[in-house]
Amino acid sequence: MASPQLPVQLGIVGGYLVVALAVGLLAYRLTGRDAEDYYLASRSIGTVVLLFTTFATLLSAFTFFGGPNLAYGAGPEWILVMGLMDGILFAILWYLIGYRQWLIGKIQGYVTLGEMLGDRFGSRRLRALVAGVSLFWLFPYVMLQQMGAGEAIVGLTNGAIPYWVGAAGITLFIIVYVVAAGLRGVAWTDTIQGLFMLGIVWIAVGWVLSSAGGLDVVSSSVAETTPEFLALGGGLYSPQWMIAQAVTIAFGVTMFPQINQRFFVAKDVRVLKRSFALWPVLVVLLFVPAFLLGTWAAGLGIAVPEGSNVIPVLLNEYTPAWFAALVVAGAMAAMMSSSDSMLLSGSSYLTRDLYRPFVNPSASDEREAWIARIGVAVFAIGTFVVSLFRPGTLITVGDTAFGGYAQLALPVIVALYWPKTTRQGMIAGIAGSQLFYLLHVFLPALTVGGVTVFGSTYFTWDFALYGMALSLLLTVGVSLLTTADADERAETFTVGTRAD
Amino acid sequence: MTRKKTDYLWIGVFAVLVTFAVPWFLWRDATTWQGLPVWLWWHIGWMGLASVAFALFARGAWDRGMNVDPEEVGFDG
Repeated sequence: MASPQLPVQLGIVGGYLVVALAVGLLAYRLTGRDAEDYYLASRSIGTVVLLFTTFATLLSAFTFFGGPNLAYGAGPEWILVMGLMDGILFAILWYLIGYRQWLIGKIQGYVTLGEMLGDRFGSRRLRALVAGVSLFWLFPYVMLQQMGAGEAIVGLTNGAIPYWVGAAGITLFIIVYVVAAGLRGVAWTDTIQGLFMLGIVWIAVGWVLSSAGGLDVVSSSVAETTPEFLALGGGLYSPQWMIAQAVTIAFGVTMFPQINQRFFVAKDVRVLKRSFALWPVLVVLLFVPAFLLGTWAAGLGIAVPEGSNVIPVLLNEYTPAWFAALVVAGAMAAMMSSSDSMLLSGSSYLTRDLYRPFVNPSASDEREAWIARIGVAVFAIGTFVVSLFRPGTLITVGDTAFGGYAQLALPVIVALYWPKTTRQGMIAGIAGSQLFYLLHVFLPALTVGGVTVFGSTYFTWDFALYGMALSLLLTVGVSLLTTADADERAETFTVGTRAD
Repeated sequence: MTRKKTDYLWIGVFAVLVTFAVPWFLWRDATTWQGLPVWLWWHIGWMGLASVAFALFARGAWDRGMNVDPEEVGFDG
């Protein structure tokens, strides 16, 4: 049913999107025509912008709706998982993978992960494999954002606006945006959106607490309604599950095209250092309030209809309609910034690692730019169509993508640090672990001779972790058994001349 | 301290930061303070600590870990 607030809600959501578009178009006027500027903003991104563009990229439907939903259903321990994964593990990987890639990329001028590995190992096949795997797992993650946006609009308007309109709207917006703006535009809006989200989520906490009677009242209702939520662990949260989630997501995130490409864009080393140190604080500032809102909603007895997200429902209950709309606008903006970053990076993988090397090596820059833009549109429309079937919850769809990317991380780390890594080792490690992971995602669990295979865990540990172990074993093992060809150039990855 | 010793120290610090980001010793503990579980306060404090440790690492050991001279990477754009 349409409420009298509907025009206000839609006005706010629409207004926000228009502001974001305006910023993008402004950035477009400053964007050069060459690839390094379009994809990497000429490697000139400063601390605040790098920090927030990476941050906003992580701020997807997975964190902003999926996370609170999980805290609502199972308790606030998800804060710990995300804190460990994002604040600490990812920060360490930011140094180990990110700084190393930055050093190498700066000297060799790489734009994509596939390009870097393909050049080092003298292999177009490896380059295509990395790009193909990356694009494959990008699909569910872009779809996740469209599902999130569709659900957000339904939740906000009580179903007056159907799911597909929200999903279609964001798809259209993303396409226009990526096609027009390039990384500079994406980075600028990411910064605005990141700051906006951080501010708005704290205001939401204050507002909910004051209308519900203060932290003490909310806390005691949590203790009454869901006492289990206050104790660490229990239910869904086993140590194995928490560790597996944190590890697969942290390693997976580093291999997301949009995050990995960020490793090439910092202006200077200070930018990387500052971002690294600020990371844990930023993570706490966002995730603690966001997931507590989900937990409090459970304590306050908020009923969330099937297929909706807890945050819009809670805010509609405790804050005015315009404020709930503002938060939903912020969340949609976060999903947009995730998706436009993803699609932008994805399009560079498509053109530089697949189209140019295999289809048309002599394509003009102009033609390449068109292919990239058409690729973005086709990809986004494809994910939109699949998102209409709603193939799982936000958390499960996101998890699958993170796990798929996590399989790439260890071979890449080995390649970055171990000069004896060979092309065949890389191909075996990547292809083998992807095959293992895909079988587990797509095949039903089978029991063979009392042992369950293709199930979600082995000995209570997630299969994605076994896939990662396999990727390491294959990369190192096959590298030891094979010798490098003459066109494999280990020296490409040598950084540093400092004498020991 | 020699170079080797500080390097091992940093590996140890990172390992401790990772291990206790989740306060495993408070498993199943439901004590609250100021309306929030104690384990959550631990985590918040721990992340602050991690930030400080990362800042110190970035200042002192960042380039040595990659075997590069600070001058070598100090260049701009």
